[in-house]
Amino acid sequence: MSDATRAEVCAVACAEAFRGDGEIVANPIGTIPIIGGRLARATFEPDLVLTDAEALFVANDLPVGVGDARKVIEGWNPFRMMLEVTWSGRRHVMMGATQVDRYGNQNIASIGPLDAPKVQLLGFRGAPGNTINDATSYWVPNHSPKVFVEHVDVVTGIGYDRAAELGPVAARFHRLPRVVSNLGAFDFETPDHTMRLRSVHPGVTVDEIVAATGFELVVPVDIPESRLPTADELTLIRTVLDPEGLREREVPS
Amino acid sequence: MPDKRITEDDVVAELASGMTLGIGGWGSRRKPMSVVRAIARSDLTDLTVVSCGGPDVGLLCATGKVARVVFAFVSLDSIPLEPHFRAAVESRSVETVQHDEGTIYLGLLAAAWRVPFLPTRVGLGSDLFRAHPGLRTVRSPYPGPDGTDGEELVAAPAIELDAAVVHLNRGDERGNGQFLGVDPYMDDLMLRAAQKRFVSVEKIVATDDFLSEGPVESLRVPRHLTDGIVEARHGAHFTSCAPDYERDEAFQREYAASAKSPEAWDAFRAKYVDLPTHADYLAQVGLA
Repeated sequence: MSDATRAEVCAVACAEAFRGDGEIVANPIGTIPIIGGRLARATFEPDLVLTDAEALFVANDLPVGVGDARKVIEGWNPFRMMLEVTWSGRRHVMMGATQVDRYGNQNIASIGPLDAPKVQLLGFRGAPGNTINDATSYWVPNHSPKVFVEHVDVVTGIGYDRAAELGPVAARFHRLPRVVSNLGAFDFETPDHTMRLRSVHPGVTVDEIVAATGFELVVPVDIPESRLPTADELTLIRTVLDPEGLREREVPS
Repeated sequence: MPDKRITEDDVVAELASGMTLGIGGWGSRRKPMSVVRAIARSDLTDLTVVSCGGPDVGLLCATGKVARVVFAFVSLDSIPLEPHFRAAVESRSVETVQHDEGTIYLGLLAAAWRVPFLPTRVGLGSDLFRAHPGLRTVRSPYPGPDGTDGEELVAAPAIELDAAVVHLNRGDERGNGQFLGVDPYMDDLMLRAAQKRFVSVEKIVATDDFLSEGPVESLRVPRHLTDGIVEARHGAHFTSCAPDYERDEAFQREYAASAKSPEAWDAFRAKYVDLPTHADYLAQVGLA
């Protein structure tokens, strides 16, 4: 039996989102996605290009949230250059989502009517540009019907229905590989690209996930458990990538 | 040889109510806060602020200077949401024109290049068209990838600035500017997109000393892009100005907490904003 925590399972599920990406910029945002991206490169996806969560490409396995960690700098990537990387398509970003719907439309701008928001959030940030140009995955540390909603209040990152409306030419670079939450992993590998339960984190039931999801999720008959970290992965997470245990604050056990 | 050194109040005297003002930096990083505070205590009103927003936007909203915010995000970084900006939007005391970070970049570039727009895929299919009602698309005059009609793209509109103010690490008397951090943000672009261009710097040095401060690539703001330069040590406080100093997180928490009630804001404003000069501010925050 593995003694992996839920946060560690989530980090592995985030790492799995980057499997097969090769030599592109992986841009995970959030503590557990960052651990996941760095874990992927340290193990099965060695060619990924990763940042220090600011303006540098860093070649070594960097601990998350440690400001004075030694960096082996392999490149310079200030914000404007990251935007150009995005438009080139050589990037896979994993963003947060305050709301996400069955087609993968994401909202991080505001809650309530757009012209009279009840809650002003961040804004559109880079979501429109990310989703129309790049592979975009999402990370939700608090899976609930308030996050997984029937309809998002504002479409910041576009989902598969909006992409279909644009047509095959305009949307030819649109791709949402994965959604990872604290309860499971999800994808859009269904005929109409609606969200499907891909794997259930150990200790979670399908019923719990369905109850925590505010829209009708595609639930296959056979659903695997999300894989556990290997012994090597656990050591990497605990001693190298997150020695301060910040992951447990994002997803408490 | 022209000497462009001026004060924060000289910058304010060059501005007028109703102007569109670009403010450099990014989130709670390298914001020209000494100039922002001078604007906050001036009688300017009705500003349109264009910013990769942080406490510059929040402070100017809280002091009633802003009619409209043009933004892709407003954040304090370590505190994700800017509470004063939130309050201003949620009470509808400011209008918003929303962007993707990319259409801010392209819009400033278009203004700098004196073209009306730049084409991009950024925004297609998203609600940016609802959040930015003036946004339009444009049809490419060239055949599309499938050999048929040209693609429809977003025409990111030029963001023309009446004035811009940015904060850098070093400068000289003639108005050359040098950034020593890891990211120039949109600062030099803001100056290129603006009619009146102001730079504040941590320290004025002799021109001949620039290359002992940083590499030639750090000389990002040549003097033909500046009309005035303000020497303001700790001018970005409480935002970061690496490598000179990091963000003052304790002070930022105090700033954020001041949004909790009108009384808390009045106290913060009296203590830290309504001070005659930047030197008085530095004395107040213990950096004199």
